[in-house]
Amino acid sequence: MLLDHVYLSLVPLVVSVALAIVLGLLCHRFRQVNAALIGISNIVYTIPSLALFAIIPAVIGTQVLDPVNVILALTVYTTALLVRPVAEALAAVPAHVTAAATAMGFRPLRRFLTVELPLAVPVLAAGVRVGSVSNISLVSVGALIGTGGLGTLFTDGFRQRYLAPIIIGIVLTLVLALVVDLLLVLLRNRLTPWVRAGGAP
Amino acid sequence: MFADAFGWLVDPVNWSGGKSIPVRVGIHLLYCLGAVLGAALIAVPLGLYVGHTGRGGVVLVGGSNALRALPTLGLVTFLYLVAGGGTTGVLIGLVVLAVPPILAGAYAGIQDVDRGVVDAASGMGMTGAQRLWRVEVPNALPLLVGGLRNAMLQVVATASVAAYVGIETLGRPLLDGLRVLDYGQFVGGAILIALLAVVLDVVLAGLGRLVVPAGLRLSAKARRAGSPKARSGGSQSRRRGEPAPVESGGSTA
Repeated sequence: MLLDHVYLSLVPLVVSVALAIVLGLLCHRFRQVNAALIGISNIVYTIPSLALFAIIPAVIGTQVLDPVNVILALTVYTTALLVRPVAEALAAVPAHVTAAATAMGFRPLRRFLTVELPLAVPVLAAGVRVGSVSNISLVSVGALIGTGGLGTLFTDGFRQRYLAPIIIGIVLTLVLALVVDLLLVLLRNRLTPWVRAGGAP
Repeated sequence: MFADAFGWLVDPVNWSGGKSIPVRVGIHLLYCLGAVLGAALIAVPLGLYVGHTGRGGVVLVGGSNALRALPTLGLVTFLYLVAGGGTTGVLIGLVVLAVPPILAGAYAGIQDVDRGVVDAASGMGMTGAQRLWRVEVPNALPLLVGGLRNAMLQVVATASVAAYVGIETLGRPLLDGLRVLDYGQFVGGAILIALLAVVLDVVLAGLGRLVVPAGLRLSAKARRAGSPKARSGGSQSRRRGEPAPVESGGSTA
């Protein structure tokens, strides 16, 4: 159950980080894309996840009870959540830094991967932390449509009018969120050694 | 599937009686407004206080992140069983859900006010309270309203969970439709919730336009017209490890 929960909440997180980096780059390079994507991600937030769990099977033809629906729904949300911070972080990279990289002979792709993206990590990490916490607590709603995870403890406990599983479910969710958050902070620190060294980009 | 949903939506049977669409929309709306109002009463003063004094920011951010991790379904079922009834438990669960985004909006709003402006206010001899109400709060309103909109979106979406403990919200058709595999009802309910969310968001955005001072709108417009660098510089100042309100739209349950 716990493993299901980890799987259902972290797969969307990883996929959406990758998607958000690509989309954020597009936003950063093309202004029209930026306006369009910010608009779309605002609209995405008006769709409730329980509703999205319902609409995804209608659109892509999966079974209503397929866990893929939950993964897809959370991926859509988290990507929408992350696109804006990525685009803003890339826009915030000082012009003289990119100019210096260009002058050193970095081609656009290498400049993006080795200069701009690492400098965007602190802001991206803040977004990913919020995304991971909300994913972990959201997955339990999937129990209402019958996809595993810790939410099953809530529905079981409620049906049997029994508090223990519910409390265990809440505690496990909190612990899981805390552990993942700590790991993300460690990862961020590994990726941004210059922050601890006290140097500004 | 969408044709079924349309069929369910226009079926006159669903528009009369105690479990009709209008009644459920009304109940859904009441829970949402109650929860956001309750959360605002807690979160706005707290966010303003911490933002204004600069004390307790770390505790506030950590605490509200921990609140975000609380699964609403678990909270609602737990409180329902403890309280032995629906209304209170559901309402508390939704308030807990709505507090973090409002808190983030209020706190980040105050934090985001240009230091130069705040210093100028102090330099003019304003007292702390004058500075808060006449400088910081008006400047913080766009982010504060943004936080309220985020909270409303999440609550509208999550109030459907309340149907699980027997409240007649718009989650009812979702759960009923799922149980008997009536996709029309299922998707129809989903469409109604999404519509309600859009309508409430538009209303709040309109209210936001009414309360945000005209001068602030003008300066935002000027910044948009200016270079993108100026814009990103502004949002950069807000990030001190805590998520900006834009990033707080996280959990739409």
